[in-house]
Amino acid sequence: MSTANTTEYHHHTAHHFDSADAEYRASKLGLWVFLMTEILMFGGLFVGYIIYHQKMPETFAAGSKFLDWKLGSLNTVILIFSSLTMALSIYYAQIGKKAMVLYNLYITFFCGVGFMVVKSIEYSHKIHDGLLPGSLFHHAAEAGSAGVAHLPIYFSFYFVMTGLHGSHVLVGMGLIAWLIVRAHKGHFGPQYYTPLECVGLFWHLVDLIWIYLFPLLYLVG
Amino acid sequence: MSGPNEHHIVPLKTFLGVFATLMFLTVMTVVVAQFHFGAWNTVVAMAIASLKAFFVLAYFMHLKYDDKVFLVGFLLSIFFLIVMYFFSVLDISTRPVLNGIL
Repeated sequence: MSTANTTEYHHHTAHHFDSADAEYRASKLGLWVFLMTEILMFGGLFVGYIIYHQKMPETFAAGSKFLDWKLGSLNTVILIFSSLTMALSIYYAQIGKKAMVLYNLYITFFCGVGFMVVKSIEYSHKIHDGLLPGSLFHHAAEAGSAGVAHLPIYFSFYFVMTGLHGSHVLVGMGLIAWLIVRAHKGHFGPQYYTPLECVGLFWHLVDLIWIYLFPLLYLVG
Repeated sequence: MSGPNEHHIVPLKTFLGVFATLMFLTVMTVVVAQFHFGAWNTVVAMAIASLKAFFVLAYFMHLKYDDKVFLVGFLLSIFFLIVMYFFSVLDISTRPVLNGIL
């Protein structure tokens, strides 16, 4: 893992910016506007979830029993740890330790792989048991037990919310892979780390959404 | 105008402390869920999640140190989320029940 380049990479500030700092700030502002749209997109699902949860608490309690809170906890730990390594990759870029930037990016990427592996174990289990959203639902739940009638609604929320979140993890992994390629070329250092910062913000938001999804889906009483 | 090299660098110790706090709060989330407070379970779970969100936003996403414009933007999106929630609940809770669930 060599980052030694014969010619030092130098980022050229785009000509329409006054300074490198103006470019950095504009990039970040743009990314935050994007994050605001993300919050509102997931927010719509959360609002729907809260309203249905209030309308049929037994259904949501019964539905969450089908989820394995241990796998959910494991994924929470994986994502929070990956957020730490993402933040550290920026920290090491700021103090100019390029090898450590790479190590932390690799760890972050493989945490994303780990998250998706756990998620796919959960999904294949649910698909096998017929615990599917809406009309696809065909699990032989014991008739008569409380809340079972509306279980397909719970699993609609489960699959849409975790599915949208999982696709964000995949996109984040793609972006981190791109960062790894650039970090190998020695692009990031104290003078320039805007892509690290922006992808980092996106990755932390994905972590943030999972922080709410985990108790809402796995731990309803 | 300051260059990018003059950005605030959060010390390593802070990041590790935040990580430890987040791990502790994750354990708390799972432990608290074993108790049955009825409707309060969701409230407690959301309170802990929001505390975790605070640490992620303030330190990992640098909102504590950054230009306040990012904080204002974030709070605006949360405000509009509350507006959406408020009017949705107002609508659904004041509908006459005809049939079905909503």
